[in-house]
Order: sequence, then C-alpha cells, then structure tokens
Amino acid sequence: MISVRNLDYFYGQKKALNHVNFDIDAGEFCALLGPNGAGKSTLFGMLSGLIASKSSTISLAGHDLVRDRKSALASLGIVFQQSTLDLDLSVLQNLKYFAALHGLTGRLAHRQIDKALDTLGLRERILEKVRTLNGGHRRRTEIARALIHQPAILLLDEATVGLDAETRSNITDYVHELSAKGMTVLWATHLTDEIRPSDRLLVLHRSSLLYDGQTSEFSSNPEVKFLEMTKNTE
Amino acid sequence: MTYIVVLMAITKREAFRFLQQKGRFVSALVRPLVWLFVFAAGFRAALGLSIMPPYQTYIQYETYIVPGLCGMILLFNGMQSSFSLIYDREMGSMKLLFTSPLPRWWLLLCKLIGSVFVSLLQVYVFLFITFLYGIRIPEIGYLTAFPAFIVAGFLMGSLGLFLSSFIRQLENFAGVMNFIIFPMFFLSSALYPLWKMSESSKLLHDICVLNPFTHAVELIRFALYGQWNSSAFLITMCAAIVFFGLAEWGYNPTKVSKKGNI
Repeated sequence: MISVRNLDYFYGQKKALNHVNFDIDAGEFCALLGPNGAGKSTLFGMLSGLIASKSSTISLAGHDLVRDRKSALASLGIVFQQSTLDLDLSVLQNLKYFAALHGLTGRLAHRQIDKALDTLGLRERILEKVRTLNGGHRRRTEIARALIHQPAILLLDEATVGLDAETRSNITDYVHELSAKGMTVLWATHLTDEIRPSDRLLVLHRSSLLYDGQTSEFSSNPEVKFLEMTKNTE
Repeated sequence: MTYIVVLMAITKREAFRFLQQKGRFVSALVRPLVWLFVFAAGFRAALGLSIMPPYQTYIQYETYIVPGLCGMILLFNGMQSSFSLIYDREMGSMKLLFTSPLPRWWLLLCKLIGSVFVSLLQVYVFLFITFLYGIRIPEIGYLTAFPAFIVAGFLMGSLGLFLSSFIRQLENFAGVMNFIIFPMFFLSSALYPLWKMSESSKLLHDICVLNPFTHAVELIRFALYGQWNSSAFLITMCAAIVFFGLAEWGYNPTKVSKKGNI
C-alpha cells in the first residue's frame, strides 16, 4: 500500500533522510517513532508530495507519486503535526473546503461530512469557528477532514501533540479501529505509550531507518536503549 | 469537473476571507482615494497635459490618474494576496492545498483567479466613487475595461505569487513591498505620461518603458475609453505568463525541498 525506495533528502547540505526503504501493507498500523529532528516530518512531507527528491520513489496505493500524482494523492488522508485548519472558518466550512479540494460537492460531500462529524463526535460543533475550539476538538476536526474522501491510507504526523491523556487515548483507539477495518495507517509519534505491542514499528534515528519490525520484538533488539532515550525526551 | 469545483472553492474562500477583513477593503480604497482627492488636486496646477491618446480633448489631471490608481489597487492587492500566501504557508494552509490531487499549477492558478476576483470588486467600487466625484468615463469604458482589469490583475497576482514562492517569512515581505511596489508604481505612467517623464530624464523614461506595470496601466487607460492597446496587452500578458511560470517553478516540490519548508 505504501512503498518507499531510496528516500534521500537534504536541507541544503544537511541530510534529513538517508536512504530510507520500507513497505507497509494494506490494513497495517505502522508506528513511526523517532526523536525530534529524526526526519519524521520530512518523511511525511515526501509521502504527501509536498517536497520531493529526484532519486526517490514513492508509491501510494499502487500509484507512483510522481507519474500518477493525482491518484496517489487521492488515496491519501493526512493529519499534519502543525494545524492546517482555517481558524476563521467554522468546522463545517473547513470540511466543505477540503471536500471540494478533493472534488467532492453536493450530496456526496454532505454524506461524507455527516459521517465524519458523527464518527468524531463533532456534530454539535459544526457551526463554531475553529478559532474557538479547544485542542482536542481541533485535532478531531483534522482527522474528520482527512477521512472525508475515504482514503485508503492515513498519515498522522504527531497528531496528538499537546493533548491531554484521555483525548490522546481516544484518538489512538479510533485510529487503530480504522486500521482494523482495512485502512493503512502510518502514525508518527515520539510518545511510546501510543504504540501497541502488535503494531508494526519503524524507528527513525539521525535520518536513517534504525528498526523495522514488530513493536513487541523491539525490546529484544540491540537498539532497545534508543526507546528509553525517546522516553527521556518527553 | 474536479478542476472547476476546486476553483470555485478556492475563489469562494478568498472572497470570504476578504469580506471578513473589512480593514483590508477600506484601506484598499482609501489609498487610491487619497491620491485622487489630495495628490491629484494639488498636482493639477503643476502638471499641464496635452492631448494624447486615448484622450481626444484636454482632460483634468484627476481623469488622467484614474487608470493608474486602478492599477495601484491591482498592484497592492496582488501583493496583499501573496502576503496571504505567506501567511497561509506559516499557518499550514498551503500544505493542505498542495495535497489536493490536482496539478500544482492549477492550484496556484486558482489562487490567482481568486485574488483577481477580489481585485475586481475593489476596482469597480473605486470607479463608482470616482463617478460620484465627477470624473466621467464613457459608459462603455466600464465594460471594455473589464478584460483589461483581468489581464492587469493577472500580472500583479502572478508577480505576488512569484515573490511569495521565495519569501520565507512575513517580515521579509514588508521589505520587498517597499522595493517592488513603490518603484513599480512611481516608475510607470500611472502618475504622469511617459513623454513628460522623458522631458526630465531619458533614463527614467526608458526604465518606465521596461516596467510591465506601465503597460498594464496603459492597457487599462485605453480600455476605459473603449480602445484596445495591442502592444500593452501583449507585454502585460507575456509578463504575467513569465511571472506565473516563475511562481510555478518556485513552488515545485523538488525546489521547495532545498529551502526546507513549503
């Protein structure tokens, strides 16, 4: 579902990603762990087509991100680390705007928006301006927005940053449910308590992929100290 | 169909944002009106205008300056739109826009069209006020100038789009406005005819001729009198296409990667 080959990326002279390769299957929940500056957001930028390097190859849902950009991006739902909601628009207006960016209008858009609002518990907030929402509701709005066009792949870049423990837990549970229903999820975090033993785990460290395997097996890996290190960054 | 849906959504958002920013609307109007009511009134006595195309008789300086002030609105609004783009980038909205499954050039064009649409609203409100002030333009001119406003707006918007592609922070943009807007405006035929400029300095005259804003103003000037200035149109259109091409290049994902953010 997600195939990444030879991901190299530079900020000027500084290497941000160093020859990263991995595949994520359909319906898999994959956590991407790494300390700040490891390259997680850069990886997300490349997966979402915002930035690119000529040497890399990315395929999303079977579509090459360069040659078949339209289909590749249509299969993608993204929640960025930084909020991308329009603060002056209401929840509903934000969702409508995003639906339109994916070509959804009329009854189809309304049906999808209704579904997302109900699922994320935002029904009573639809007319409120995003500016007036708390962090948890803003995040829920962003997740709802990412799901409107029924993507096959969901990317979440530290989607729970700044939220209280209960809200974080609710969002994590919900995204795991989506994965169980067949959605491919790549969840970037530096909070180890958001990862379950059954999750696939990718660990990025100093721009390179340090570990790729089951979370439950990670503790037996020689690099286990790294996990402790990321805990200490909290 | 998707292309049109996206265009409508972006244009609607731009218009909505503009209507929410009442201060922006007022200041966009006050600026040219101050020039018209204060500057032009004082300058009228100092500057003698001979009969020159497209005018068929002697005109007051206030009449001469109107096309330039329309250009000023388009110029400031084009820069204001790029200011919004930089704000969008800092707020993350550009990320959202660029993950839409449509070509980046189309998304940028939609932004541009939205910006031109907002400019047109301001220009026609300004023209209405000049009418109330007593400046008479042939009725047909309000209609024939419409495509000229679009082309000129396209030029200013493209320039703003291009600037926003390589300006990383809002703070830098304030400096660029001083180095772009004022030279473009003053080194043009907006305030004085080029023949008048050549009387004082041949060099300045030549710089004015090279300035695409001059040609945008002349395009508007002729169009307001129901005349088509082909050379002005060609130069304005070509400059707009070049700036848009540069903006598209500036927002290219492989180029953006070198700078570190979108």
